[in-house]
Amino acid sequence: MTLESNIPEGAIADKWDNHKFNVKLVNPANKRKFTIIVVGTGLAGASAAASLAELGYDVKIVSFHDSPRRAHSIAAQGGINAAKNYKNDGDSVHRLFYDTVKGGDFRAREANVHRLAQVSVNIIDQCAAQGVPFAREYGGMLDNRSFGGAQVSRTFYARGQTGQQLLLGAYQAMMRVVGLGMAELYNRTEVLEVVVKDGVACGVVCRNLVSGEVFSLAGHAVVMATGGYGNAFYLSTNAMQSNVTAAWRAHKQGAYFANPCYTQIHPTCIPASDDFQSKLTLMSESLRNDGRIWVPKEANDTRPAAQIPEEDRDYYLERRYPAFGNLVPRDIASRAAKREVDNGRGVGPQKNGVFLDFGAAIDRLGEDVIRDRYDNLFEMYDRITDENPYKMPMRIYPAVHYTMGGLWVDYNLMSNLPGLYVLGEANFSDHGANRLGASALMQGLADGYFVLPYTIGDYLAPMLGKPVVTAADPAFKAAETKVGDLTKKMLSIKGKRSVDDIHRELGKVLWDNCGMGRTEATLTKAISEIPAIREEFWTNVKVLGSNESMNQSLERAGRVADFLEFGELMCRDALHRKESCGGHFREEYQTEDGEALRDDENFAYVGAWEWEGVGNDPTLHKEQLTFENVHLATRSYK
Amino acid sequence: MAQATQRSTVPAIRKDRRKAPWPIEFYRSAVGKKWVMALSGVMLMGFVVSHLIGNLKLYLGRNEVNLYSEALRDMPGHLLPRTLLLWVIRVGLMGAFAVHIHAAVTLTQTNHKARATKYQSPREYLAANYASRTMRYSGVIIIAYVIFHLSDLTFGSGPHNLRGDAYNNLIYSLQRPWAAAAYVIANLALGLHLTHGAWSMFQSLGVNNPRINAFRRHFARGFAALIVVGNLSFPIMVQLHVMEPTCSANRTPKAQVAPCARAIAETASKITAGK
Amino acid sequence: MSLSNMKLKVTVWRQAGPNAQGAFKDYDLDNISPEMSFLEMLDTLNEQLNDRGEEPIAFDHDCREGICGSCGVMIDGVPHGPERGTATCQLHMRKFQSGAHIKIEPFRASSFPINKDLSVDRSAFDRIIESGGYISAPTGTAPDANLIPIPKGVADVSMDAAQCIGCGACVAACPNGAAQLFTSAKIQHLNLMPQGQAERWDRTINMVDTMENFFGSCTNHGECEAACPKEISIDFIALMNRDFVKAQLKQRRLAGQVFP
Repeated sequence: MTLESNIPEGAIADKWDNHKFNVKLVNPANKRKFTIIVVGTGLAGASAAASLAELGYDVKIVSFHDSPRRAHSIAAQGGINAAKNYKNDGDSVHRLFYDTVKGGDFRAREANVHRLAQVSVNIIDQCAAQGVPFAREYGGMLDNRSFGGAQVSRTFYARGQTGQQLLLGAYQAMMRVVGLGMAELYNRTEVLEVVVKDGVACGVVCRNLVSGEVFSLAGHAVVMATGGYGNAFYLSTNAMQSNVTAAWRAHKQGAYFANPCYTQIHPTCIPASDDFQSKLTLMSESLRNDGRIWVPKEANDTRPAAQIPEEDRDYYLERRYPAFGNLVPRDIASRAAKREVDNGRGVGPQKNGVFLDFGAAIDRLGEDVIRDRYDNLFEMYDRITDENPYKMPMRIYPAVHYTMGGLWVDYNLMSNLPGLYVLGEANFSDHGANRLGASALMQGLADGYFVLPYTIGDYLAPMLGKPVVTAADPAFKAAETKVGDLTKKMLSIKGKRSVDDIHRELGKVLWDNCGMGRTEATLTKAISEIPAIREEFWTNVKVLGSNESMNQSLERAGRVADFLEFGELMCRDALHRKESCGGHFREEYQTEDGEALRDDENFAYVGAWEWEGVGNDPTLHKEQLTFENVHLATRSYK
Repeated sequence: MAQATQRSTVPAIRKDRRKAPWPIEFYRSAVGKKWVMALSGVMLMGFVVSHLIGNLKLYLGRNEVNLYSEALRDMPGHLLPRTLLLWVIRVGLMGAFAVHIHAAVTLTQTNHKARATKYQSPREYLAANYASRTMRYSGVIIIAYVIFHLSDLTFGSGPHNLRGDAYNNLIYSLQRPWAAAAYVIANLALGLHLTHGAWSMFQSLGVNNPRINAFRRHFARGFAALIVVGNLSFPIMVQLHVMEPTCSANRTPKAQVAPCARAIAETASKITAGK
Repeated sequence: MSLSNMKLKVTVWRQAGPNAQGAFKDYDLDNISPEMSFLEMLDTLNEQLNDRGEEPIAFDHDCREGICGSCGVMIDGVPHGPERGTATCQLHMRKFQSGAHIKIEPFRASSFPINKDLSVDRSAFDRIIESGGYISAPTGTAPDANLIPIPKGVADVSMDAAQCIGCGACVAACPNGAAQLFTSAKIQHLNLMPQGQAERWDRTINMVDTMENFFGSCTNHGECEAACPKEISIDFIALMNRDFVKAQLKQRRLAGQVFP
């Protein structure tokens, strides 16, 4: 099967407009005849559900949370980019497009990225109209800040809780249509299977997480907005429940999984304090605007930070990247920190961090200014570590944060399975090999508010009047049985090890071998080790309790089972991509001074993998990427 | 297995009722009830203050007190028939009292329904104080005392009670140690009730403004203190014999009719003379 | 800096399902590091329970950064425990003494039925939001974002209210089981905004009405404010009360005077 990206004809700036004109439309009166199932209620899912229901489609919404408002988009701190050029500093749609393609290390589809930049301006309008309390200037106009190394100020924000406010806006819009009876919400319901009949996605099988009941939802299209797979690493900044299950089960039904090796490591997280740690906490990247990153010059220097004189400190980012200094992109900052820690210059009791020092900024600007800018972050740091960042430098270390890979989708956001759409972090489309700061919120909302509502009609329009697969179909019955059997199997193993214990083991293998730096040797090692962990899981996992009531161990077991298969694919993808780009750094492929070395000749493609069964080598499909508007160049932040 | 399981729904704690005209609809809502409670509370606070002002006339002597009590009946001069306005105010106060109590009782019932199963381990309160958590008890004490107080003095079941001689009636009443004790307890309860109530009313009425917010708590405490200190002075003064009846202690109502009737007549004539 | 390990006794409410009878159960724990978060302490306990064949304790949690609002239990009689302005997930064991006896109970309110153990169903909050906690601005209808200037002060106060994470601690803390702080925070976030004016009065009436279907009434204890992990002020309750009374008077559809 060849991958049809369905990129419209025309100049880059006209593609989206042309496409909107060319897609087939569904008559307003007919929209209610189409049922669309939206899985996930983060920014992408909630905005899509609200927008589709407002158009008149019959929408069913599934969320495993107790309330849809709890989706992990809520934890995004920094902000959302938009090419509004409100600061009059030379921003434009084209510049945002250019920055995103370049920042993604030339592994994103140009047409998608340009569309993202185009609709970014509408997102801000939409959110402001919904009452999102964005930060304002004294004159009442929207405030912007520069974020994540961008040369223009295009980031809109709401204190340090931008994700929360944007999600609440989308959630409220969605609850409005639910309240008006235009959509139906299934909360505490997890999707455990995507039902495919005759090659077309026609519904999902769900499990009610309180009663354990398994049931099916049939529809004309399934929209998956289920987030990323960062929790494969066990420790990440993702929420505890974030998982790959829905996407993975769609993959096992035939949807291609693209670029799973692109994982973003965020440079400013709080280092793990011990082995029991359940998750890592992210500190907003904005801290790097005023903080200086350093380590002691000598390895194993155990003096407290305050006693290390200036000449014994190595401000390694400022030294190596004089132009961007502490504001280099995330992947570069992360790898640099790893290099210092690997060289034994790490700080803190576990020697697993680097200093982020506000001493100079406090001397220059005064404590009040720093308090004004970062107080909530400093407070959070203090609460977690019991150290006061006003008095001593913070300790930070990179952690898995975002995953650029995801299910393969075409320009319409439809996967290779007709009827299955994938939005937000769950798809692979817009960030290439590395996502820029404040772009995740933009992409989730772009997909949900302004892309899918247009493109889905193109698929649905021809289905009018055709017979549909109902939940009574044998395909659904078979899928329900499969889900029930899997649950029973996990409960019946009655082994010795807990789900978390096995997950932790997988996470360590992935982090050590497929983390910030990867080599052929480590990846081969991981690929040989993961099947053994999988075997261990299926023979020795201990899941207590029953299927008939709430059972959180059982929920986690299902998710870890999928990570155990997914992790192997991630390593295989990383192994096959013999180059370094963005969030994929192969140590064999680097320049003399340790920068990522891309191989555009051989790897300027999207690697989309087809499932061939557990333990079998997946099949690789390539979508060649062409760069007509942004010329391939090596990123340089010196 | 069934298609479409309905999403879980939590049952409401109150019944659906037919739409009523808006004042009733307003009172049916808990927020509306609290608003009514606050408003009636303000009326009752007004009463408590004017009652205190009247009582303070005790320190000016019998004549002033009795003139005052006559003046109440004569409000507002010759514009209305005698005692009409007083009765209007009395009915208004009784209405406010009744609605204050009704709202309190029904809201308490709602609140019990809102947490049918109580906490099974001890609660630790962070902000709720003794006054706020004992409103219903201090309220009940006040109700009981008001009933006693009215029958004792207004309706004249107290000792040596003589209509028109408010000064002596009160002093005779408070000379009984148990009555003085009841007076003290009731006023302490009232003070407690006001400490929370006089603050709470601002919130219920939506009177919230950064310029006055800091003042609201002080107002409530000050108001409660004023009422408590003022009111408690009377039983104490009586018990310490600083205040004594002006008629002989063993007067019987019949024996005293003549002089007291004369006193009333004097008072009346002074009032008509416009003094 | 795990200097010493703590010994603890925890008493946890165990309840098999929504309609099952529940009871407290005692567990002893040692080797609890002061660096652990409260939920990691529960994770540790759950690992031990799983090892010895007892079903782990169910409790809600997700982001563990204090923003999703999933977590929340009564810790020694206080929602989210002893540290003010902190959700359960951000509470650390260093706030407790070694040898402490900690009692853990689910949030209790009639409209927060227990799913299992410490997990409660807070979907009544979603019912309140869907009855009016939004600005009707269907996708595509928005004018330019800077068309309506919003004074910084207004945006800031609105944000103070909008920070609510919907955890339910206000209901759990309230001696009356009232949801005034949650409801007023959402109403005022939107009512303060120029964009929220069109639906201001209907929103207030509908949300208050829905709230009262499920929760008790406010008697101004201020307990909710003290328990709120985002320290949202009860000033918003007063503003909601004011808007509710105004809304009652502003129902003047017949006269064509529906606007503020």
